[in-house]
Amino acid sequence: MDNSALGHVYADGEVIVRQGEAGDCMFTLQEGRLEVLAHHEGRGEVPISIMEKGAIFGEMAIFEREVRSVTVRALGEARVLTIDKKSFLRRVQEDPSLAFNLVRIMSQRIRHLTEQLGERRAGADRRSLGDRRQADRRTRP
Amino acid sequence: MRGARGKTVSDRLELTDGSRVGVVGGGPAGSFFSFFLLSMAESMGLDLTVDVYEPRFFTHRGPAGCNHCGGIISESLVQMLAAEGINLPPSVVRRGIDSYVLHTDQGEVRIQAPVDEKRIAAVYRGNGPRESEPVEAAGFDRHLLELSSSSGARVVRKLARSISWEDGRPRVTTVDGTASDYDLLVMAVGVNSQALNLFRDAAPGFTVPETQRTFICEFRLGVEVVRQWFGNAMHVFLLDLPRLGFAALIPKGDFVTLCLLGDDLDDQLVESVLGSPEVQQCFPGSVVPPMACHCRPHINVEAAVRPFADRMVWVGDCGVARLYKDGIGSAYRTAKAAARAAVFHGVSADDFKRHFWPACRALDTDNTIAKLVFGVTHLIQRSRVLRRGVVRMTAREQARPGGARRMSGVLWDTFTGSAPYRDILRRTMNPAFPLALAWNILAGSLPFGGMPNGGRTSNGQ
Repeated sequence: MDNSALGHVYADGEVIVRQGEAGDCMFTLQEGRLEVLAHHEGRGEVPISIMEKGAIFGEMAIFEREVRSVTVRALGEARVLTIDKKSFLRRVQEDPSLAFNLVRIMSQRIRHLTEQLGERRAGADRRSLGDRRQADRRTRP
Repeated sequence: MRGARGKTVSDRLELTDGSRVGVVGGGPAGSFFSFFLLSMAESMGLDLTVDVYEPRFFTHRGPAGCNHCGGIISESLVQMLAAEGINLPPSVVRRGIDSYVLHTDQGEVRIQAPVDEKRIAAVYRGNGPRESEPVEAAGFDRHLLELSSSSGARVVRKLARSISWEDGRPRVTTVDGTASDYDLLVMAVGVNSQALNLFRDAAPGFTVPETQRTFICEFRLGVEVVRQWFGNAMHVFLLDLPRLGFAALIPKGDFVTLCLLGDDLDDQLVESVLGSPEVQQCFPGSVVPPMACHCRPHINVEAAVRPFADRMVWVGDCGVARLYKDGIGSAYRTAKAAARAAVFHGVSADDFKRHFWPACRALDTDNTIAKLVFGVTHLIQRSRVLRRGVVRMTAREQARPGGARRMSGVLWDTFTGSAPYRDILRRTMNPAFPLALAWNILAGSLPFGGMPNGGRTSNGQ
């Protein structure tokens, strides 16, 4: 990876953001791939998704004062650029349209999550219907 | 039906489905304008046609493909572009900058970026200097023009010869005689273009900006020597030379770019800069190589008067630009403000006055403060005692990770153009700042009050 290019180069497996830590910036993936993981009690780290070049992440820290909701780590070498919360919000005050791209990305994520939730609910409904039918068969004389 | 300001809705000058927009100049301001206009229009469901008049392909090496500029994309602009989804690939960025080295006759000091990351881009506006190797790499201007083209703008590879008015609409006539009428015409010609003077009377009330000559040249050293001797740092010089305002060396691939700002930059002053020990010691064997390419472009130092009219607006440095810094950032701000005004409000002079001019005025007001900031910098350049105090204070801050970085922050933002000048001035008004500087001036003049590492805090040499 070109070390004179913009951003910071992370080695394979290196953590860029860690779930539960406070954040004051967001990131753009300039080159490489990143793995998104969520830690669940009893299940350890569960892979959520893979991010490709051009992805923006960590944007929730810009708008909320909450800790990071997931862990993001490099999948192979990855080059990442940081966008400071203060600089970004100051510029948004001058130019609100700067937030358009973020709103669009967050909107896409909500749509994607809604689809996933719908699929999961449909799967759960199918399983529950199957369970009821099995139970009915067992109780039938 | 009457509008809010007494005009009927049909009388309003605004862009509607099928409106045609002409952009004269395909440099950063023209490309940013086209990109943002089309992107905002799309989000509003507005179907526009955009023609960008740019005869150059930006593929030639040397002056033919160049827009004559130091080629620094500021830290704040790199971040804002990334937030917009515009990333600069390694083929465009000839070197990411993560530190500045301040050179004075009182020593040198390296100022690290606030975060451990390269967030300043050194780029070529064209496809590299004369004598550079033919490479696949695209220059910055070409990259942006391709971006605007991919968002739907049509690049017309012809020189605009004249601008006239037909039924209240601007008409662009090219050198081959082709004439096209537009609902909005955007002038993005830059201050180094003949077109600025050619079209200066295109609209009433417009007065071209005041400019100053700069000096830019390229030294070919080879990528390995540049890496070893300059690294990822921009080198700035506070030299006590009459008429010199600012001098900087910027590493870019095989080359190093020298930028000089000042009054009446003649050959003698250039020779004095190149002959100074501070500049010479940056090069292997303290020998400055011959120039591969040089130019004396103008920069905008005083805003244009009324850079807008009905159906016409001037963006980039042919309108308003930040003083001495971040010219490309100014192009981004003014171009985007013009695009916002055109899509969301209208294209009358009144619409531009209300929704475009405030962005320009903010830059112009900040430039007034900039004159004060550069006045103080000028004083430091002239005073050996002040130079020593500044270098000492910065060196001590840099040697203490995690401590307050008052001088480092002020110098970083002054050199990089990352923060508005009013923020820089405000920070210097904090009583702790002059007190710390006064202490360092005093301590620096004492026999035991030397600088950390003898004033040479830069790495590698």
